[in-house]
Amino acid sequence: MSILINKDTRLLVQGITGKQGLFHSELMLEYGTQVVAGATPGKGGQWVLERVPVFDSVDTAVKTTGANTSLIFVPARFAVDAIFEAADAGIDLIVCLTEWIPIKDMIIVRHYLDQKGVRMVGPNCPGLITPGEAKVGIIAGNIAIPGDIGIVSKSGTLTYEVLFALKQEQMGVSTCVGIGGDPIQGTNFIDVLQMFEEDAQTDKVVLMGEIGGNAEEEAAEFISARMTKPVVAFVAGQTAPPGKRMGHAGAIVEGGTGTAQEKIAALKAANVRVARHPEEIPDLLKQV
Amino acid sequence: MNLHEYQSKEIFARFGVPVPRGEVATSPAEAAAIAKKLGGRAVIKAQVLTGGRGKAGGIKVAQTPEEAGKLAEQILGMEIKGHTVRKVLVDPLADIADEIYLGFTNDRSARMPLLMASAAGGVDIEEVARTTPEKIIKTHIHPHLGLHEYQARDVAAAIELPPELWGAFGGVAGALWNAYWENDATLAEINPLIVTGDGRLLGIDGKMSIDDNAMYRHPELEALRDKADEVEEENEARRHGLSYIKLDGDIGCMVNGAGLAMTTMDIIKLFGGEPANFLDIGGGAGVEKVAAAFRIILSDENVKAILINIFGGITRCDEVARGILAAMDEVEVTIPLVVRFGGTNAEEGRQLLEGSPLISAETLSDAARKAIAAAGKGGSE
Repeated sequence: MSILINKDTRLLVQGITGKQGLFHSELMLEYGTQVVAGATPGKGGQWVLERVPVFDSVDTAVKTTGANTSLIFVPARFAVDAIFEAADAGIDLIVCLTEWIPIKDMIIVRHYLDQKGVRMVGPNCPGLITPGEAKVGIIAGNIAIPGDIGIVSKSGTLTYEVLFALKQEQMGVSTCVGIGGDPIQGTNFIDVLQMFEEDAQTDKVVLMGEIGGNAEEEAAEFISARMTKPVVAFVAGQTAPPGKRMGHAGAIVEGGTGTAQEKIAALKAANVRVARHPEEIPDLLKQV
Repeated sequence: MNLHEYQSKEIFARFGVPVPRGEVATSPAEAAAIAKKLGGRAVIKAQVLTGGRGKAGGIKVAQTPEEAGKLAEQILGMEIKGHTVRKVLVDPLADIADEIYLGFTNDRSARMPLLMASAAGGVDIEEVARTTPEKIIKTHIHPHLGLHEYQARDVAAAIELPPELWGAFGGVAGALWNAYWENDATLAEINPLIVTGDGRLLGIDGKMSIDDNAMYRHPELEALRDKADEVEEENEARRHGLSYIKLDGDIGCMVNGAGLAMTTMDIIKLFGGEPANFLDIGGGAGVEKVAAAFRIILSDENVKAILINIFGGITRCDEVARGILAAMDEVEVTIPLVVRFGGTNAEEGRQLLEGSPLISAETLSDAARKAIAAAGKGGSE
C-alpha cells in the first residue's frame, strides 16, 4: 500500500494544453501514471500526447473517463475556479500546484471542500509520488525508489534533496507528499502523518518543515499523542530574519512565533529526531 | 504589503470607521499649516513601516502650529529601525477616556478569519498576548457569511464596554471587517480604538497589511506602495523573477527553491560561516536569470564568496552549468565561486564546469565548508 495515489489512480490534468501541463503530463505518463484525461475550456475533442483526450469541462471528463484525481496546472487567477470545478464534478483528490493564490480565496475554497468532503493537496506544492507506481505533479521520477519511508514536506527542492540522499543509501519511499508552504493548505502535516500511521507499507516517517505558522508544533503534539511509528524531522529557516517573506508565502516569521528554534524544540519534546541538515536524515532513519 | 498609518486610516474611514481628521505633511511648513487648521494643538506622527515609533521619538505632541513645525522638522528625516521618515501625519489631539484594541487577521490553524479585541488597548498587543492571553477576546468569522451582529455585541460585552456603546462598537467592527475582507488584507487593526470623553468611538491609530498574492485585483492599493521604503535590490530581484533578501554575512547564496535556499543559509551558519543573502532563482536557470542573480549578489560589498546550490529535478544541472558559464561572460565575478549540483544530470553539469575557476562540491555540507574556507573563515564543525 501507499497513501493518496497509486497505480490505480485515474488522473485528470486541468490545464493540460499549456506548456507546463503538457510537459509534465508526458513525464507522468512515462513514469506509469494513468493520465486518463485533460481539461481545457474550448479545446474539447482534441487529443494530446497521442493517447489523452481533452474535454471542455471537468464534469464531462469525469463522466467519460472515470477520473478520480485532478492535477491543477492553471495560473493563480483561474486556479480557484478550477478547484471548484473539480470538486463539483466529483473528483476525490485535487492536487493544486499553482502558486500565488490569494489567502482569502484559499480560505473560501477550503471551507467549501470540507463541506463536500473533497481532499486537496497544495496549493503551491510539487505534488506527490508513490515510487514505482505513480506520480502526480512535478517531482522528478528518477530520484526516488520504492520502500517503507513516508515523507511529508512543505518544500519542493529540499524534498528532492532528501529523496536523492535516501536513494544514495538504497533507502526507499512509500509515498512522498509535498503539502506546500502556503498559510492555508488543503492538507496539513497532521492529515498526512495520520495516513502514514495507518499505512501498512510505511514504517518510518520524515517530516520536512520550515519557518512560519505553527504547523510543526501542532504536528509535534500529534506525534507525541498518536503516533507509534518513528519520525525524523528537519526545519528550514534557522537563519531567516523575522518579518521577511522567504519565497514561500508561508515562510515568514511573524512576531515571536513560527521560528525554527521553537519548532525544533517542540519536535524534540515529542521524541522526534531532528536533523541539523538534510544530509543527516538517512543516518537518523537508520538509528530509529 | 504593509500600509502606512495614514493610508490604513484613510481606507478604514472609507468603510465607515470614525478616525481623526488629520492630514499628511512632508515639510515642517506643511505640518504647521495643518496644525493651524486643526486649531493649534496636534500630534505629529512619523509615518514609517515599522513598529516602536513612539519609543524612538517619532510621535510628539505640539501645543501650537509653530511647535508643530519644529517637531515635524525633528521627526522628518529621522531613522527608525532602518527606515527614514519621509512623511508625518498631523492629527488633532483626542480626548481619551478609554483605550481598546480591535483587529482582524487570519487564523492559519482554524483556516478562518479572526476578530481580536481587548480592553487593554493602546499598548503592544503582542506583549498582551504573551503575558496575559486571557485579556484578548477572539472570535472566528465564517468566510462565507461574514461578521454577525451578535458576534460584535458579544465581543463588546466581553471587553466590558457599557451597553450604550455596543451598537457603536458593532458599527466599527462591521466597518473594519469589510475593510479587511474586501481589500484582501492579512491584518487590519485599530490600536487604540478610543472612547472619547463625550462617549464616542474613534480609531486614532491603524495598521493594515495586504496579501501580496492578491495585489493583482487591487490596483488602487498597488498605487499606495511606498517604493522609497523598499530595498532596491529586492525590487530588482522581483523584476527578474528572483526572490532576494539581503542579510549581514559574507557568503552569497544562489539556490533553486525557497526551502533549499533557507537550508543552504542554515548549513553555512551551522559550519561557522555567515550567509550574505537569501536568493531563490526559482524554476529553470537560464543565462539572463543567473546573470541578474550574480549582479544582485555582487552589489553587496560584504560578499567574499558565492555558493551556488542547485538541486536538479525537472531543472537539469547541465543546463544550469551552461547558464552559469554564459553569465560569467556577462558579469565579471572576481571572488571565489563554489558550485554544488545534486540530482538530475549533476555529473554532466560538473563536467561542463571543469577547467573553469569554479570550485566544485559534491554534497551540501561539502559545499558549505568550501564556501566558508573560500571566504577566508577556515570553517569548522
